[in-house]
Amino acid sequence: MEALKEELKNKIITTLNLEDIAVEDIADNDPLFGDGLGLDSIDALELIVILDKDYGIKLVDPKEGKAIFQSIETMAAYISANRTK
Amino acid sequence: MTKKTYINGVGCISTQKTFDTVFLEEANVNHDENVLAIVPPSYKDYITPAASRRMAKGVKNGIVASALAMKDANVESVDAIITGTGLGCIEDSEKFLKSILDNNEEFLTPTSFIQSTHNTVGAQIALLQQCKGYNFTYVNGAVSFESALIDAKMQIEEDEANSILVGGVDENGDYTTSLFKLNGRIKADNNAPYDVLNSTTSGAVYGEGASFFVLENERKENTYAELLDVSIVNTLEENEVEAAIQSFLKYNNLEISDIDAIVLGFDGNADFENYYRNLTKNSFAQTPILYYKHLSGEYDTASAFAFWMASKILKIQEIPEIAKVNTVEKSEYKTILLYNQLNGKNHSFTLLSK
Repeated sequence: MEALKEELKNKIITTLNLEDIAVEDIADNDPLFGDGLGLDSIDALELIVILDKDYGIKLVDPKEGKAIFQSIETMAAYISANRTK
Repeated sequence: MTKKTYINGVGCISTQKTFDTVFLEEANVNHDENVLAIVPPSYKDYITPAASRRMAKGVKNGIVASALAMKDANVESVDAIITGTGLGCIEDSEKFLKSILDNNEEFLTPTSFIQSTHNTVGAQIALLQQCKGYNFTYVNGAVSFESALIDAKMQIEEDEANSILVGGVDENGDYTTSLFKLNGRIKADNNAPYDVLNSTTSGAVYGEGASFFVLENERKENTYAELLDVSIVNTLEENEVEAAIQSFLKYNNLEISDIDAIVLGFDGNADFENYYRNLTKNSFAQTPILYYKHLSGEYDTASAFAFWMASKILKIQEIPEIAKVNTVEKSEYKTILLYNQLNGKNHSFTLLSK
């Protein structure tokens, strides 16, 4: 699980070009949107693609996204439980 | 009475340090590279990290160049933004197309698609400045910048706008650059030294850059020059250029002897350099002749760099040694003619006056 969280942080930094942010700057429970990392709706689409492409998870209900993408902790838990690759 | 068009502010990001300098005093000619890279400004001084993280370098350069021009003109808003670009945001276009191929047309992410359109630069400048006025991008190969200039001039003449931000921007993309090397548009690798003025080989030394200008309908204390006229001709033979220039000058009630300097677009391609060389030997032999693509490299909107250079010369009244083709000098520089073409097509003539 810890390795997956580290992997997710790296993917988010690289994919979203968060140039000034290091893995250590993102706490597992920091909100990804709003006051935390400050991601926006375009980033949400990028995260959905990461789930699909790298972990084989297709989000069918967009409402699910809000809970899944709350933090690195929630993302990692959802991926662990649902990944197909 | 038709309103006149004045250049009241300039900003240039190029393969030379053209920001935080007076005028090309730090410029140097790179004979070792066939593709010149931008000298980047401190983007963070102009764009927040949150905004810049999705921007390719062309967008960032356009934003910084436009900010420099507006600061130079001492204006905080403009009525319109008009951009010229040959290849637009080619870096993100390449990323998006590669992503389509690599992922078998699945998993397409939005960022590079959003940033890959040609009008991204003009749109981002407008968003940052909250400019809701006329916003247009011209994509007309090597006359993209001149097309933008013509539009801007007409807008001012017709009283549609009082102040306009107009510019030319292009960036290099790795894959497109490799294709240009394959088709001979860029000089072959491993063939240094690369010479722009006395080249004997095909292909150009390539570059990238962004130059923006604030054009206004009134002369001010900080005015660089008046934009007298711009003309575009799609195709000309080598022996037709002189007549085309004479006709253009005659339309503006000028003769060749009235031109105090001519800026030519020598780009190192020996196959098409006679378009310029003939002028240096014949009709403009007694005129100060300048070149610039040894500094800026060739790209579709490189002529915007020449426009920046000519504006500076008219204001400072001095021609940098590094830009001189011949040794002819004038005591005063009042009228400058710019002539550019790319591979025998897309000829443009631009006339500036002090």
